[in-house]
Amino acid sequence: MTTDAAAIGGMGHSVKRKEDARFLRGKGRYIDDIKLPGMLYMDIVRSPYAHANIKSIDASKALALPGVLAVITGKDLDAAGLAWMPTLMSDKQMVLPVDRVVYQAQEVAAVVATERYIAADGVALVEVDYEPLPPVIDPFKALEPDAPLVRPDREAQTNHIWHWESGDKARTDQLFNEAEVTVKEHIYLPRIHVSSIETCGCVASFDKVSGKLTVYMTTQAPHAIRTVYSLVTGIQEHKIRIVSPDIGGGFGGKVPVYPGYVIASVASIQTGLPVKWIEDRSENLQADSFARDYHITAELAAKNDGTMQALRVKTLADHGAFDAAANPSKFPAGLFSIITGSYRLDAAHVEVDGVYTNKPSGGVAYRCSFRVTEAVHTIERMVDTLAQKLQRDPAAVRMQNFIQPDAFPYKSATGWEYDSGNYPAALQKAMEKIDYAGLRREQAEKRARGELMGIGISTFTEIVGAGPSHTFDILGIKMFDSCEIRVHPTGSAIVRIGVQTQGQGHETTFAQIVAEELGLPVENITVEHGDTDTAPYGLGTYASRSTPTAGAATAVAARKIRDKAKKLAGHLLEVSPDDVEWVDYHFQVKGVPGRSVTMKDIAFAAYTNFPPDLEAGLEAVDYYDPPNLTFPFGAYICVVDIDRGTGMVKIRRFVAVDDCGNIINPMIVDGQIHGGLTMGMAPALFEAITYDENGNMQQSNFMDYLLPTAMETPVWETDKTTTPSPHHPFGAKGVGESATVGAPPAIANAVVDALSHLGVTHLDIPITPWKVYQILQEHGAAES
Amino acid sequence: MIPDDFTYAAPTNLPQVWDLLRQHEGDAKILAGGQSHIPLMKLRLASPAYLIDLRNVPGLTTLAERDGSLIIGAMVTETTLERSPLVRQRYAGIYDASAVVADPIVRNFATVGGNVAHADPANDHPAMLLALRANVTLQGSRGSRTMSLDDFMVDTFETALQGDEVLSEIRVPSPPPQSGSAYIKLERKVGDYAIAAVGAAVTLENGVCSRVGIGLTNVGPKAIRATQAETFLTGKQPDDASIRETARLAADAAQPTTDLHGPADYKRAMVQTLTARVLRLAVQRATAGGGQ
Amino acid sequence: MTQHVKLTINGRPYEADVPSRLLLVHFIREVAGLTGTHIGCDTTSCGACTVLVNGTPAKSCTLFAVQTDGANISTVEGLEQGGTLHPIQEGFYEEHGLQCGFCTPGMMMTSIAFLQENPDPTDDEIRHAISGNLCRCTGYMQIVKAVQYAARKMRDEQATPNTADSSAATATEAEVIR
Repeated sequence: MTTDAAAIGGMGHSVKRKEDARFLRGKGRYIDDIKLPGMLYMDIVRSPYAHANIKSIDASKALALPGVLAVITGKDLDAAGLAWMPTLMSDKQMVLPVDRVVYQAQEVAAVVATERYIAADGVALVEVDYEPLPPVIDPFKALEPDAPLVRPDREAQTNHIWHWESGDKARTDQLFNEAEVTVKEHIYLPRIHVSSIETCGCVASFDKVSGKLTVYMTTQAPHAIRTVYSLVTGIQEHKIRIVSPDIGGGFGGKVPVYPGYVIASVASIQTGLPVKWIEDRSENLQADSFARDYHITAELAAKNDGTMQALRVKTLADHGAFDAAANPSKFPAGLFSIITGSYRLDAAHVEVDGVYTNKPSGGVAYRCSFRVTEAVHTIERMVDTLAQKLQRDPAAVRMQNFIQPDAFPYKSATGWEYDSGNYPAALQKAMEKIDYAGLRREQAEKRARGELMGIGISTFTEIVGAGPSHTFDILGIKMFDSCEIRVHPTGSAIVRIGVQTQGQGHETTFAQIVAEELGLPVENITVEHGDTDTAPYGLGTYASRSTPTAGAATAVAARKIRDKAKKLAGHLLEVSPDDVEWVDYHFQVKGVPGRSVTMKDIAFAAYTNFPPDLEAGLEAVDYYDPPNLTFPFGAYICVVDIDRGTGMVKIRRFVAVDDCGNIINPMIVDGQIHGGLTMGMAPALFEAITYDENGNMQQSNFMDYLLPTAMETPVWETDKTTTPSPHHPFGAKGVGESATVGAPPAIANAVVDALSHLGVTHLDIPITPWKVYQILQEHGAAES
Repeated sequence: MIPDDFTYAAPTNLPQVWDLLRQHEGDAKILAGGQSHIPLMKLRLASPAYLIDLRNVPGLTTLAERDGSLIIGAMVTETTLERSPLVRQRYAGIYDASAVVADPIVRNFATVGGNVAHADPANDHPAMLLALRANVTLQGSRGSRTMSLDDFMVDTFETALQGDEVLSEIRVPSPPPQSGSAYIKLERKVGDYAIAAVGAAVTLENGVCSRVGIGLTNVGPKAIRATQAETFLTGKQPDDASIRETARLAADAAQPTTDLHGPADYKRAMVQTLTARVLRLAVQRATAGGGQ
Repeated sequence: MTQHVKLTINGRPYEADVPSRLLLVHFIREVAGLTGTHIGCDTTSCGACTVLVNGTPAKSCTLFAVQTDGANISTVEGLEQGGTLHPIQEGFYEEHGLQCGFCTPGMMMTSIAFLQENPDPTDDEIRHAISGNLCRCTGYMQIVKAVQYAARKMRDEQATPNTADSSAATATEAEVIR
């Protein structure tokens, strides 16, 4: 008996998505689709100033509006001890300010009304008397001695938050002192915003009878939120239920606890009625967590023959008014020390200083939470800068300096142990696919004619799957993840996981893992997540951690079930379990293909016909503590053409060769890479958040914050190599972030390459047409 | 984003519109497609007490050539213009402009009248229509008057509409033989306003430009007619040298400011680049015979 | 100020006294209870709220319900007919044209109207047609393929006689809200 692997829908099959059935019919249940009986609506009064004292708040006109039931201010929350809440980074942040606002669009008061439109009217009627204070906008000026204090509430009366460093300073400095060649660049990665098409929101519902608070919330990490809620409010954790419904895109922006969630919960407890709060897009852009905002100075030391030796990096990180990044506790700068990338280096030293400014808090995410994008951008730009200085081909310099396939596991200069990789193979594949040699010839011909074309390479190494409990925790909670599987008597199953999908297709891929391990067809497996009352505890989905952690837990839990099933198989086949083997998705007596039982047979037996020494049922739970992180990688090559008359950059081709280890569902992985590449292109060419000198945010809607449409997005050409992770149960590595991390330097390198003959060595992203045009003009290269 | 409350009316003829405008002077706003105005209301940057929808007023959706002019009723949508063979064949510059207004869905409701009467310097039609020497017809209880678009566009968000007047139609003089027009917009992404855009209209006689129109988008407080550039090219052959000099003069006419759409110097340079390109395209269309 | 508004949504009549300022999207979501139409940006930029108004794609967050009084509205909930998915739904499913699903209803409604105008489009024409709909997940690649899938299927259906009439369901008895 053999079972068709495709019919099972296990590993490696492009199984169509289970979740699509409801989304395609408009039957998804997103946060704003939830309507509870008697539900009230909350809207938020926000500060027009980046820094101001609140002299008074007069809510009388708002309260006089029919339909307005309450106006909640910081003083109200302060009385309940809830005006502040802890951040994930051992800082605290205001839920509502008592007397001072510290960034524009900060929550100042909340209006609760019977209808959404009335709540909005109420907001317009709340009168707040502000006394503007000088804001701190430039992070460098924030460190000057006479800078105004963003956070006088802290013991340390400074805008400096923390200093972090990694690597060997003495050895690095020594190598730089002795270096034959060094290059240096100032690289700024601007503040950007995830802008999932669905904004954030919640419906808080407090049951006065049971004392239970249920909060439906756009969160990527419901369990962590429940624990934080319990710690902050003192409500027993079993009386708190966080439900993450369908989520319209997360990308890291739905990891933090936003004040609106807390205020709505308070409002529900106060009124005894459900309270809905939904952000509009301006609130989402102005006040929610942002990503990046790293001011980096990087230096690379090398030999004249191109051998890279040492990397030295100093960074100023603008964290806004609260240090509310979503990094593991011991990593204030995330996993920035992955900055040595795919290259052998004798030494590296990396420093980051975090500072407060009068801007929204964060350092959170944009499809990469842990500062890997900043690291990859830096090293990939520096390798190109070195190649340019040595007048070498950037592909050749990469090939020369790659960590070789036989060197894994490889200990990096900053202490990471890379699990596996084959960087030359990936780059070789990308170069062949795009005809690198042919493109270089074309470029030379075009350059001779005065036309501008550039080729950019990025050979990145990612670091995902946080993480091993010895190092990784959030507020002390170790970063394991979990899975619980119950096989029903008739051979179907329910799988509950501690991570939370936001479009990644977990309902399909986690079912595929179980299908593969148990031989049950994928359509007979239901995956549930997001409800803290039913799902096992987990840290949530971000930083490409779901497959490396909860995916592993799912495989291990399934294997526990298979172990028990083997005993049941022996019982049914009337042989010792030792004489039973797992072949082609079923158990058979060793060497006797005719004598076999399926998992369906076994499931029935587990409830109807089990041996006396086995307990009934077929269930397992696993809390998986990964032994190491995983290190996906890839080789991207981008070709751009530049319009000499306008400075406009057009991506002509983009080849992406990704290696994320073994793949569960190729269709979904391809989709993740397409989306990731687009979110990599967006900050490279379009998106950035900027502030004027008064701290006014300048991109407060989608008319000013430029998300690419289908017209600006090129046709992505994807391919893969497969280097399994040696420590992951099924050799997977995670893929969600890779393309967003890897794409920006490929694009930036392509533009710099197109302009390199003019002496250009670096351009900060986003690469606007006017930045390019100015260079062309300065060098007489613009079309006149 | 929730707009302020207002009273809505959808009158069925222009006299009713005039009555409402008079009754609620200063508090009333005409609603055409609403694709610019409704977002402003949702942001509460505009809160009119009365909204007078023109959708039931007959006679505002004409799109036809008549008496030597193309008549574009104020309520003609961008999509209608974009799909009109008449516009595409004989008024290619208007087609170009309608095809780059906002995005394809917005264009289904956005109207040409709204685009012009909103008087946003970033809107695409005014510059092209200036180049084509369009006139506008204003109708009010005191009668109807026609004026050049030049005179109609007063300042940012300000037009020559008086009292109870409504912009009812736009008239574009039909092009003589050997005419061509074109509009080129430089935008970073679909749906964005122009960094700069230029519309040009050219008529050739014996290889010489007998009539030249050049209009500039989003490089000043309102759409700008580059009159010196027009004058320079008029009577000249549209060769490389004359086009370059015309483009330089057009750039001189721009009054850009630095904003999110780029530094002022860059925008001025773009007017030069785009003017040269759009003139070449207009001349090419004029020379191509049928294409105008 | 309230106004009486009658709309036909997916062939079914709805009427209610609503505030003049009620946005069409809120009529659809809150009055008719059809939550498949989403709100993403509030400024006519993202297209998540796209529905068909008398067959024409419209961003329903930028129209007041009163402006569409009397109109025929089509939303995602009306696409499936008699238990059979519309070709565009099938295309999005088969080609992995969606991830989080939030932009998907608007994207499908735009595509349906487009395919009626242009039954045999190029990829570039599809990209142009959906350029008023933002997607943050897919990078648009599979959406283009999904629309091509639907185009093929719709052409095949056109070519084959005796296929089921795919026009909107006939109106059932009037339902008065409030």
